[in-house]
Amino acid sequence: MARMKFLCDSDRCIECNACVTACKNEHEVPWGINRRRVVTINDGKPGERSISMACMHCTDAPCAAVCPVSCFYTTADAIVLHDKDLCIGCGYCFYACPFGAPQYPRVGNFGGRGKMDKCTYCAGGPQQDNSPAEYLQYGSNRIAEGKLPLCAEMCSTKALLAGDGDIIASIYQERVQRRGYGSGAWGWRTAYKEVLPA
Amino acid sequence: MTSFLAGAALALSLVAGGVAAQNSNQNSNVAPAGGAPEVQAPVPEVGSGRGGVGGGQVPNSTEPQQPTGTPTAPQATVAPTPVAPIVAPPPLGERGQQDAAELELRALLRGEHISGRVSIPDAKSGNLIQPEGREWRAFHNRTLTWVAAIAVLGMAGLLGLFFLFRGRIRIGEGWSGRTLVRFGLLERVNHWMVASCFIILGLSGLNLTFGRWLLLPLIGPEAFTAVSQAGKIAHNFLAFPFTAGLVVMLLVWLRDNIPNKLDLAWIKAGGGFVGHGHPKAGRFNAGQKMVFWVTVLGGGVVAASGYVLIFPFAVTDIAGQQWAHMVHGVLSALMVAAMLAHIYIGTLGMEGAFDAMGTGRVDYNWAKEHHALWVEQELAKAHAVADIGQPQARAAGAD
Repeated sequence: MARMKFLCDSDRCIECNACVTACKNEHEVPWGINRRRVVTINDGKPGERSISMACMHCTDAPCAAVCPVSCFYTTADAIVLHDKDLCIGCGYCFYACPFGAPQYPRVGNFGGRGKMDKCTYCAGGPQQDNSPAEYLQYGSNRIAEGKLPLCAEMCSTKALLAGDGDIIASIYQERVQRRGYGSGAWGWRTAYKEVLPA
Repeated sequence: MTSFLAGAALALSLVAGGVAAQNSNQNSNVAPAGGAPEVQAPVPEVGSGRGGVGGGQVPNSTEPQQPTGTPTAPQATVAPTPVAPIVAPPPLGERGQQDAAELELRALLRGEHISGRVSIPDAKSGNLIQPEGREWRAFHNRTLTWVAAIAVLGMAGLLGLFFLFRGRIRIGEGWSGRTLVRFGLLERVNHWMVASCFIILGLSGLNLTFGRWLLLPLIGPEAFTAVSQAGKIAHNFLAFPFTAGLVVMLLVWLRDNIPNKLDLAWIKAGGGFVGHGHPKAGRFNAGQKMVFWVTVLGGGVVAASGYVLIFPFAVTDIAGQQWAHMVHGVLSALMVAAMLAHIYIGTLGMEGAFDAMGTGRVDYNWAKEHHALWVEQELAKAHAVADIGQPQARAAGAD
């Protein structure tokens, strides 16, 4: 089985936000929740670069480790998913997540947290694959259809890569070698305890 | 003007590969190359319109340029604008590249975030990477678990040992059969309101820390989620009456809980728990004062840090919420331990103590033993009322 990862080549990202839009549209993500976002660091200064960020599907995921109700699970493709029927919306995964991936619809008392929502790597949830119940809770399940996450699939500059970690790392390193520069794989040290030579 | 020149040169150098910028390229002005950026000459042209022969000028050197076209009037002499030599930027490959892995390591070591701007309205999502999430995880899964387990189980163990060796502390002179009022209705209702809130808050909080390991394997994920969900809602709601009750406690009992010299003597004498002498105490002895301050101050900080967590991002960012959770977790665990001791001594541990919060009236002998000065005060008050000679007035300690 593959070890699925995301890699954003920040030397290619043009901050078009198509990945954000594609994700919201594909999964009909509720208003106010962005499973993916594009962050521009050093905005307007030398060294400005944009990075598309979502759940990184960490190795030994912190969210899963701190969840009080143990609602997370990891698929055979190393995708970190959670069961919304078990989630109680406590917010712990958000405190632990290095990438700010978990988000909560504001429901109930005092605008408190509803059940957590995050990037599923287009792999749905524990419900029957591509069932209406799964779509309602988690969005579409492209992985079950043999497709990769839509955000990366429709990235216009192919900055955002999704797929098996070894394959996307080799694609990235080939690019770095050819063009002579690169700033490395954002989040990989934190998520996978792994560093790509830039 | 300088910046304009620099910009023009930069634009050109990007087009021409940075090398052409050094060449004098005057002749090309006569017939502008297709696609060359149309920019103004640095020196004002006189008499050359856009439709003229030399329409688009491409300045690509730092030299003051001669106006082109056919001058129809004498040229005004313009002093050359002093410009700094323009250095072509290095090729992209040689510019200082940020290394993602290094930035992440630095952020982790310094406890910082890597953050930037986002174009979506959710400004807090501009936080790209916060490596200290992993630190918080270590706190939650290791530190808090150990602190809470040691505090709660340790206190329970100590109380068990104390009970084994000391047994139930009896009223030395036995029940007198006469009672005096210790706590009024407001004090008791408020106490039990705070107490019941605390028990539910404490149990639902402990459930979040230990339930996954203790309760989940017993009752299964669905039932455990139902329990935890109810616990979370109760925890969020009961925070408010709990806090209100703390304020009432502070107002009602503050006067009698100011530490004084007697408390030192009480602590030195071991509070009567060890040995047999009973140090004198006013309405509240040093031990009870400690319980009061643990409740009011500890509870106050726990409540404040809890509100930071109930309303995410209302007060602080993610780092603040992590800190709030750490303070909330550790202090709550210590308070649960302290309250275990309070519950023990108020029920099983001491004969005659529960009546104070139960019926509100305590046995005269119990009161004399533990709160001799308070009894003296109460009796003095009662006598004062009696001496005035109002037959209807019932002194507090008179029956």
